[in-house]
Amino acid sequence: MINDKLIIDKKKFNSRLIVGTGKYKSMAECAKAIKLSGAEIVTVAVRRVNISDKKKPLLMDYIDPKKITYLPNTAGCFNSEEALRTLRLAREIGGWKLVKLEVLGDKKNLFPDMIETLKSTEVLTKEGFRVMVYCNDDPLIAKRLENVGACAIMPLAAPIGSGLGIQNTTNIKIIRSQTKLPLIIDAGLGQASDAAIAMELGCDGVLANTAIAKAKKPFQMALAFKNGVIAGRQSYLAGRIEKSIYGSASSPKTGII
Amino acid sequence: MKKIKKIKIKINGKFSTINENLSLSIFLKELKIPLKKVAIELNQEIIDKNNLKIIKLKNNDKIEIVHFIGGG
Repeated sequence: MINDKLIIDKKKFNSRLIVGTGKYKSMAECAKAIKLSGAEIVTVAVRRVNISDKKKPLLMDYIDPKKITYLPNTAGCFNSEEALRTLRLAREIGGWKLVKLEVLGDKKNLFPDMIETLKSTEVLTKEGFRVMVYCNDDPLIAKRLENVGACAIMPLAAPIGSGLGIQNTTNIKIIRSQTKLPLIIDAGLGQASDAAIAMELGCDGVLANTAIAKAKKPFQMALAFKNGVIAGRQSYLAGRIEKSIYGSASSPKTGII
Repeated sequence: MKKIKKIKIKINGKFSTINENLSLSIFLKELKIPLKKVAIELNQEIIDKNNLKIIKLKNNDKIEIVHFIGGG
């Protein structure tokens, strides 16, 4: 397991759990949860600086970008233009080339607009960005994203923040079988076992935010997700037994008294 | 004494009245913006932070200053 690293854009990470930094009660709570989760990559949003209240704490004061990889995300963007603008600004802040693209198409279910996403992936890749792409659990669109230069495929488990867990394991398996790119389940996980299931399907990692930040005990859930991801990965690598509709005794039949 | 002309600009969506010919560099310094932690847009164009001193603000300029915050 020592050499079992998550590799994204040639960078190696020990943890296969990526966590979001939104929805926490405070920056301090967020920072502690991240530490407990063991995550080495965190997603961050790009927003206006509060000009009138400069005493407001800055994320960078709590989470050191030299120690934790910041993954700028376009959460809240509803078209290609907004997403491109956001990520170009993100690159300007600190020279980040590794980014997460998320172009939403529907305010109610927060499903991604894959036409805008595909278009944006192509433009960003040509501009030198390394783009991890939030997408539907659709194998065809995942292939198209790969063809236009995505550096990681990030299909949803379920709608963002829904906590429903993976809704379409078959599609995730198909996407896994067709791509060598990092496959990371993004959005919709609710508990640690959901992360374990994602890893058992052969995914390279998972991204969780609401499930940890909004748990009754975020620190405990951060730890649970860390362990869930490790358990799922080990289970996947160990190779599960064949399923059978019949029983198979665990004790030898010989020597029965 | 020559009266200094005032201009109106928009910063992060809010109007502000400043002296004409003020450089972007001085303006941001007055606002105590930590330059290393932000990106700056002037009229929807990203500004190279090395050029802040040579950019003079004009009437109706729109400035956006962004940084990273918590997000999913």
